[in-house]
Amino acid sequence: MTNDILIFAEQRDGKLHSGVAQTITPARELAAKTGGQVVAVVIGDGIDAAVDAVKNAGVDRIISITSGDLKLYSALRFRSALAAAIQKVDPKIVLAPATFMGRDLLPRVAMRLGAGLATDVTELSFSGNGALDVVRPVYNGKAFCHVNFPAGKLAMASVRVNTFAAAAGEAKASVDAMSDAGGAGDDRIKTTEVARTGGGVKDVTEADIVVSGGRSLKSEDNFNQLIYPLAGALDAAVGASRAACDAGYQPHSRQVGLTGKTVTPKLYIACGISGAIQHLAGMRGSKCIVAINTDAEAPIYKIADYGIVDDLFKVVPALTEAVKKLNA
Amino acid sequence: MKLLVLIKQVPDSTTNIKIRPDGEDIDRAGVKMVVNPFDEFAIELAVQLREKRSDVESITALTVGPASAAEALRTALAIGADDGIHLQDDAFAKLDELQTAALIAAAVKNQGYDLIIRGKQEIDLDSGQLGPALAEALDLPHVGAVTALDIAADGESLKANRRIEGADEIVECAIPALLTIEKGLVEPRYPSLPNLMKAKKKPVKTMTAGDVSGYADAVAKVGGTEIHKLAPPPQRPPGRILTGDPAEAAAELVRLLREEAKVI
Ligand SMILES: Cc1cc2nc3c(=O)[nH]c(=O)nc-3n(C[C@H](O)[C@H](O)[C@H](O)COP(=O)(O)OP(=O)(O)OC[C@H]3O[C@@H](n4cnc5c(N)ncnc54)[C@H](O)[C@@H]3O)c2cc1C
Ligand SMILES: Nc1ncnc2c1ncn2[C@@H]1O[C@H](COP(=O)(O)O)[C@@H](O)[C@H]1O
Repeated sequence: MTNDILIFAEQRDGKLHSGVAQTITPARELAAKTGGQVVAVVIGDGIDAAVDAVKNAGVDRIISITSGDLKLYSALRFRSALAAAIQKVDPKIVLAPATFMGRDLLPRVAMRLGAGLATDVTELSFSGNGALDVVRPVYNGKAFCHVNFPAGKLAMASVRVNTFAAAAGEAKASVDAMSDAGGAGDDRIKTTEVARTGGGVKDVTEADIVVSGGRSLKSEDNFNQLIYPLAGALDAAVGASRAACDAGYQPHSRQVGLTGKTVTPKLYIACGISGAIQHLAGMRGSKCIVAINTDAEAPIYKIADYGIVDDLFKVVPALTEAVKKLNA
Repeated sequence: MKLLVLIKQVPDSTTNIKIRPDGEDIDRAGVKMVVNPFDEFAIELAVQLREKRSDVESITALTVGPASAAEALRTALAIGADDGIHLQDDAFAKLDELQTAALIAAAVKNQGYDLIIRGKQEIDLDSGQLGPALAEALDLPHVGAVTALDIAADGESLKANRRIEGADEIVECAIPALLTIEKGLVEPRYPSLPNLMKAKKKPVKTMTAGDVSGYADAVAKVGGTEIHKLAPPPQRPPGRILTGDPAEAAAELVRLLREEAKVI
C-alpha cells in the first residue's frame, strides 16, 4: 500500500463534475499528512476537457482510461476500470464526490476490492493509529456518525457535495493513459441514452443555489411570477415542498425532502415553506439557509441563518430586484 | 421469475432522535419503527409485477434485524409477498452495510432469484451501499434509482430509467439483476386488515449465523468499518431576522449574503 490518495474524477460529456475539485481539497490535506500524492482517475470517452480541469485543481498525477465503451456510465464497466486503476496505484484512500454516479459505483468497487466504505462524508481525518476517521450525517441529518476504518486496509469514502471549497493549483500533473481493464465486453448492462428531465431547467441536485417554494405560493402561475425570476437572477434551480408538488404547482422532480431530493447547495432560500421535518431532511445540509415566512414560529427558522418574517408575495419580488441591482 | 425484496425496519421519519450516552446507538425506547419508505416501493413493485405478468412464481421478502423486525416482514407479507426470510443473530447487529451485503449474498446465492428489488436508500443510515454491494457480491448487474421500468415479455431483459442529476439514464439490463427503486415508480398500497391476518399464516424462515453457509468467510473478506459513534449535529448559530419594509429587508439580505455569508 502506498501513501497516495486516489480520487475518482467524475465527468459526463467531457465536463468534470463540480464536486471533484471540492473533493481534492480534503484529499490534499490527507496527502500532506501521509506524504503521498493525490492521483485522479478520469474514466470515459472524449475526456480531454475533464482531464484539463482536474489538472487545474492541482493534483499530482492523472490516470485516464478512455474507450468508446465508456462513453456513457455503466456500473459494470466503470467498476472494472476504476478497480483496475486502484489496484495499479495501490492507494491508502479512495475518494469520490457523493453524486448519483459515485454512490452507485463505490459500493461495487469497495466490495470487489475488500475495502471499507463510508457514504456522503463531511469530515475526514486520521485517528491516532493512522487509520481514516470520517463523519457522516445519519437520520436525515438529525445526528452525525463517526466511522473508523481498520488500519492497513483500503479505505473508501464518497464526499458530500458543497462541503469543501473547490481546490485550485498549479497544472503540473502528468497524465498516464491506462487501457480499459476488463470492463469491456460485459454488456449485461448498458446506458443507451441520457435524457434531460425538467425541460432543460437546472435540477436542484446540480445547482449551487436553490430557491424553493411551498404550498403558500398557491399556484403554478405564482411560481412562474415569483420564484423563477428570483432563481433566474441568482442562476439558481427551483425546488418545492411536497405540499406544493402534490398540489401540482411544480413537478415532483423538483421536490426537496425525505421522499424528494436531497440537496446541499451553498445557498437555500425557502419561500413560504414551514420546515416540516421531512422537508428539512432534504435540505438541512445546505451551507446557508434563508427563510421567508410570515409565521415567526415556523420550524424553518430553527435552522435558518437569515430570515425575513413577512409576506413572500412582497419580499420575493423585492429580493429579485435587489439581486438584479447587485449584479448590474 | 422468482423475486426477492429486501426490506428494513427503520425509525419513523418524524422520530425525535436522542443519542444514547455511550454514543453507540440512538435511544430506541418508544421509537415507532416502520418499513423503510423506499422499501415499500420495492414491495409494491414486486406485487404489481405479479398482477401484470403470468411468469412471477414467487415473491420472497428478506430482512436482517432483531426479533422486532419480524413486523416489517409481516407488512411485506400482508402487501403480497409469499414468504419471508429473517436473518436474525446478535452477531448481525454489528455488521456495517458492506458486511450486511456479504451476509445477504451468502444467504441467497444459488437460490435462483431473477430480480432482487430494494429501496433506493434507507432513511436511517442513508448510505445506499447495500444494493450495489450485494449486486457485486452476487455478480449481478444492477440499476440504481429506477424511475421507469419495462421488463421484456420473455423475462430475459429489462429497460429502465435511472435518475441522475437533471436527467434520466436510459439503460438496458440483462436478467437476473438487482434494482433499487426511486419514489414515483409505483404508489405503495396499505395492507388491508384481512391481508394482515392472512400474513400471520405465511411462512417465515429465521436464519442465524450458523444457518448461513460461508457466512464468516464472506464477511471477513469485506473491509468493513468500525466504531460508529453518534453525535448531535453541529449547532447552527442562531439565525438573524431582518426587519424593515420588504425592500429594506431584501436589500440588507442581499448585502449579508454577499459580504458575510459570501454565497452570492
Ligand atoms: C412520509 C412522508 C414523507 C414526506 N416527504 C416530504 C418531502 O420529501 N418534502 C417535503 O417538502 N415534504 C414532505 N412531507 C410533507 C411534510 O410533512 C409537509 O407536509 C410539507 O413539507 C409542507 O409543505 P409546505 O411547507 O409547503 O406547507 P405548509 O406546511 O402548509 O407551510 C406553508 C408555510 O407558508 C407560510 N406562509 C403562508 N402564506 C405565506 C406568505 N404569504 N408569505 C410567507 N409565508 C407564508 C406559512 O406560515 C407556513 O409556514 C412528507 C410527509 C410524510 C408523512
Ligand atoms: N438489515 C437489512 N435487511 C434487509 N435489507 C436491508 C438491510 N439493510 C439494508 N437493506 C436494504 O438496502 C436498502 C438500503 O440500505 P443502505 O444501502 O444501507 O442504505 C434498504 O432500503 C433495504 O432495502
